[in-house]
Amino acid sequence: MADTAHAAPDGAPRRDFLKLVTGAFAAVGVGAIAWPFIASLQPAKDTLALASTDVDLAPITEGQAVTVMWRGKPVFVRSRTPKEIEEARAVAVNSLPDPATDQSRVQREQWLVLIGICTHLGCVPTGQRPTDTRGDYGGWFCPCHGSHYDTSGRIRKGPAPRNLDVPQYAFTSDTKIRIG
Amino acid sequence: MSIGLHKSEFSNPVVRWIDQRLPVFTMMQKEYGTFPTPRNFNYFWNFGALAMVTLMIMIATGIFLSMHYAAHTSLAFDSVERIMRDVNAGWLIRYVHMNGASMFFIVVYIHIFRGMYYGSYKAPRELLWMLGVVIFLLMMATAFMGYVLPWGQMSFWGATVITNLFSAFPVVGNYIVELLWGGFSVDNPTLNRFFSLHYLLPFVILGVVFLHVAALHITGSNNPLGIEPKGPQDTLPFHPYYTAKDSVGLVVYFIVFAVLVFFAPNYLGHPDNYIPANPLVTPPHIVPEWYFLPYYAILRAVPDKLGGVLLMFGSILIWFVLPWLDRSPVRSMRFRPLARLFFLLWTVNFLVLLWVGAKPAEGTYVLIAQIATAYYFAYFLVILPLLAKFERPLPLPESISRPVLGGGPLPMGAAAKPMEKA
Repeated sequence: MADTAHAAPDGAPRRDFLKLVTGAFAAVGVGAIAWPFIASLQPAKDTLALASTDVDLAPITEGQAVTVMWRGKPVFVRSRTPKEIEEARAVAVNSLPDPATDQSRVQREQWLVLIGICTHLGCVPTGQRPTDTRGDYGGWFCPCHGSHYDTSGRIRKGPAPRNLDVPQYAFTSDTKIRIG
Repeated sequence: MSIGLHKSEFSNPVVRWIDQRLPVFTMMQKEYGTFPTPRNFNYFWNFGALAMVTLMIMIATGIFLSMHYAAHTSLAFDSVERIMRDVNAGWLIRYVHMNGASMFFIVVYIHIFRGMYYGSYKAPRELLWMLGVVIFLLMMATAFMGYVLPWGQMSFWGATVITNLFSAFPVVGNYIVELLWGGFSVDNPTLNRFFSLHYLLPFVILGVVFLHVAALHITGSNNPLGIEPKGPQDTLPFHPYYTAKDSVGLVVYFIVFAVLVFFAPNYLGHPDNYIPANPLVTPPHIVPEWYFLPYYAILRAVPDKLGGVLLMFGSILIWFVLPWLDRSPVRSMRFRPLARLFFLLWTVNFLVLLWVGAKPAEGTYVLIAQIATAYYFAYFLVILPLLAKFERPLPLPESISRPVLGGGPLPMGAAAKPMEKA
C-alpha cells in the first residue's frame, strides 16, 4: 500500500483525479441503469394509444349534457342554452377567483367541454343530469367540499383553487369532436 | 461522550452521530473495509460478490416486472407480451431478468466449483458451505416457479412435470401434488401461489445470504492454497484490494451479461415458451432450463419412478454431507494430485450430464446418462472417502506470503508448525 501511494511526487492529486473519474463514471452508470426503470413506470404505449376519445355531438340536444371517459377520467360535454351562455358572459371577469373569459374556454359557444374533476381534491362534481344539484351558479357543484362552478365551469365559491380544466380537443366535423 | 453510546472513530459529525447510536459505519468498516483477507485470491474468488450483485439485479428487475405482470391464467401470457411490446424499456427489464437467471446459475456454479476444488467446505467452514447449499436449493425453487409465470407451453408443462415428481412418493405423493396445485391439475391457483412464492423466496435467499456472509466473516475466507493466514503478512484489507479486484471481475461479468441480453436474449430459452399454455397438447420435446439439465439427466437415467426422483434430489442433498465424506485434511486440490484428477473428471462428468439432459431419453443417451450418474455419486460416496485414506498429498507451503515475498522470517507460531495437515 505504502509503495503505491507514494510512487510519484504528484501521487496525491493523481489519486484524487482517479477517484473523481471513478465516481463520475459510477454516477453516469447508475443514472443509465435507473433510466429504464423509471421509464417503465411511465404510461406504456398501449395506455398512450387509448389517449383520445371521439364524441358524436349530434344526439345531444340543447340543455343536455353527456359524460364520456377520456384517459380514465370523466369529461363533461354540455350543450349550453342561450341563457346559460349569457350568464357565463355577463359576469365581470376580474371578480372571479380564477379569472378567465367564457370565450377563452370554448371553441364554439354552444359546446362546453370540461374535465369533470374538481380542482380541489379530485371528486366528480354533480350537475350533469337534470335532477342533479348544480350549485348557486347553475353549473356544477362538488359534493365533497362544496365548490360551486358556473355555466362556464369556472370556480365561483368554495375551496377549489382553479376553474375546471378544459381538455385539448378539436372539432373533426360540425357534429364530432376528438378529445386528446 | 455520553455513557451508552458506541465509541465511534469517524470524524464526520453526521456519520459520527449516527454511528454512536447505531454503529453501522463501524461494522461496514470492519467487515468490508479493513477486513483481513488472504492476499493470494485468484479470480475464482470474485464469484461470491458477483452472485450477490446478480441477486440484487434479479430483485430490482423482478419488482419492476411484477408491477406490469398479471398472475392469472387468462392474462399472464398477454401481460408478459405487453411488457415486451408496450411498457417503456419493458423488453430490457424482462430480458435482464430472464438472462439474469442464467447468469445467476453460471456464477453460482463457478462459485460452487471453486468451493469444491479448493476445499472451502472443510472445517471450520462446514456450516458456511451448508448454508450455501440451502441458498442453491432456494434458487432452484425460485427459478422453477419464475419460469412458470409467463404461462407459455414450457411454463405449463415444466410445472406439470416437476410437480408430478412428488407423486412418486408412496402414500402421500398424490396428496402433496394436489397441495402444490391447489386443484387437480396445474391451473390458476397454481399460477397464483407460484407468483406469490416467486416474490417471497428471493428475500428468503437474501436472509440466508446474510447468514452465509456472517458465517464467512467468522471463519474468514479460504484461499487457493487452502492454508490459514498466519498473520498480517498473509492478508490484505478487503478495501481497496478486493473491492478493486471484484470490480474488475464485475466489468467482465457485465460484458458477458450485456452480450446475452442485447445480442442473444433468447439463446438460453426455449421457443415453445412463446406459445400460450395449452393443457390439451404437450410439446413433443420437453426440456427444463439449461441449469436444471444435469439433474433432469439423473432423473431420466433411472428406470424407476421413485428411484429417479430420489437420486435427483439426492444429487444435491449429498452436498450437505460433503464435508464429512471428504476427510482429507488438505483443502486445496493443488496439493492433492489424485483428488484433483477425479474432481476435474467429475466436473466434465457434470457437463456431460448437462449435455445429455437436453437429448431425447433413448438409445445410447440413456446409457451415457447412467454412466455419468454412477460416476457423479461414486465420486462422493466412494472416491473421496477412499482418497482421504490412500492419497499422498504434496507438501504444503509454510505460509501464504512465503512463496510470494521470499524467505522473510516467519512468525513464531507459523515456523513451529509448517504443515497445515496433521
